[in-house]
Amino acid sequence: MNTAEQTLDEILGLAAAHFRVPREKLRPDDDFFKTLGIDSLQTLDLLTKLENHFRVELPDYELQGVSDFRTLAGKIQARL
Amino acid sequence: MPGVTKDIQVTDGKAESKALSHGRGSGLSWSLADGVIELALHREPCNELGSASLEELEKFATALEGMQAKAHALVIHSAMKPGFCAGADLRELYQRSQAMEKAEAVKGVREFLERIHRVLNLIDAAPLTTIAAVHGVTFGGGFELALACDLIIADKMARFCFPELRLGLIPGFGGIPRLKRDLGNAVVRDLLLTGRSINATKAQQIGLVSQVVGEGEALRAARATAAQLGKFDRATAAAAKKFIKPIPQEELRREIDIFCELFARPAVQAGLRKFVESTDAQPYLP
Repeated sequence: MNTAEQTLDEILGLAAAHFRVPREKLRPDDDFFKTLGIDSLQTLDLLTKLENHFRVELPDYELQGVSDFRTLAGKIQARL
Repeated sequence: MPGVTKDIQVTDGKAESKALSHGRGSGLSWSLADGVIELALHREPCNELGSASLEELEKFATALEGMQAKAHALVIHSAMKPGFCAGADLRELYQRSQAMEKAEAVKGVREFLERIHRVLNLIDAAPLTTIAAVHGVTFGGGFELALACDLIIADKMARFCFPELRLGLIPGFGGIPRLKRDLGNAVVRDLLLTGRSINATKAQQIGLVSQVVGEGEALRAARATAAQLGKFDRATAAAAKKFIKPIPQEELRREIDIFCELFARPAVQAGLRKFVESTDAQPYLP
């Protein structure tokens, strides 16, 4: 099973690849809406990418109020 | 929405015929080739279903009745990047209902629902095999459109959701009776009462989606499936469908009644206003 740091690192890599942002520009505590410049529909894309990659189900209401990669990683880690 | 009907371009030159093998409106277009009808949705931003879309869907439904003797399959897909369909046009619903007395607004909503039910019932019961090729956002009324089809083929980035409860409403385009018919009450309760969205993999696990394919591959897979369907006797396929897929008429009628009862409550206007005026980055989340 992934460690929390591995999960966080994979999320940053996936987000960078999907939204074509240089990986080095993304930091764990960044607000991903701002850093990635994404809207609500693109957030759903990110959620689907993450669910498919980690093979987990993450109910979207658990993401309410979540805006940084580290907290997001914690939500996924709890379901691995 | 005056003008929409005129915007439909009939390209086969037989306007008097019901058998319109090609048509194009501002938000959708269709064509018939090799026994397969393809209906493409292309209204910005994500095929929201409002009065203009409904008028065009009604035009398509009329054409479908004329084309179905020459077709064995119907494929519905979206040309819009964000997804298959984000559901009802909530901005139009809010703005129109604000401009009317409550009783008049409820009457207008009932008429809209009855019209879209007629279209979706016709697709649901059409004597050809219908396939929704979906990607991305397949929410609310978009989910309900897909549920009217016999098969759902999903891109792995597709998501399905009934978000209506957050507005103080239930799905109104026949989604609950159709999902209950196809998958059962427990699945309806999960999606309806939590408002959560599920991805294509989960949707396949619960039996909603027949095939999950790679990104951008849903239409290709649907076309391949439609070609396969053409190998079977059309009358046999139609008889099999009629036997196994009854239209839940009573529940569909009841759904309209419940929707209209709920729509009359002030909480719905407040919910619609909150959605329309929201600057939240996640307005789609329940």
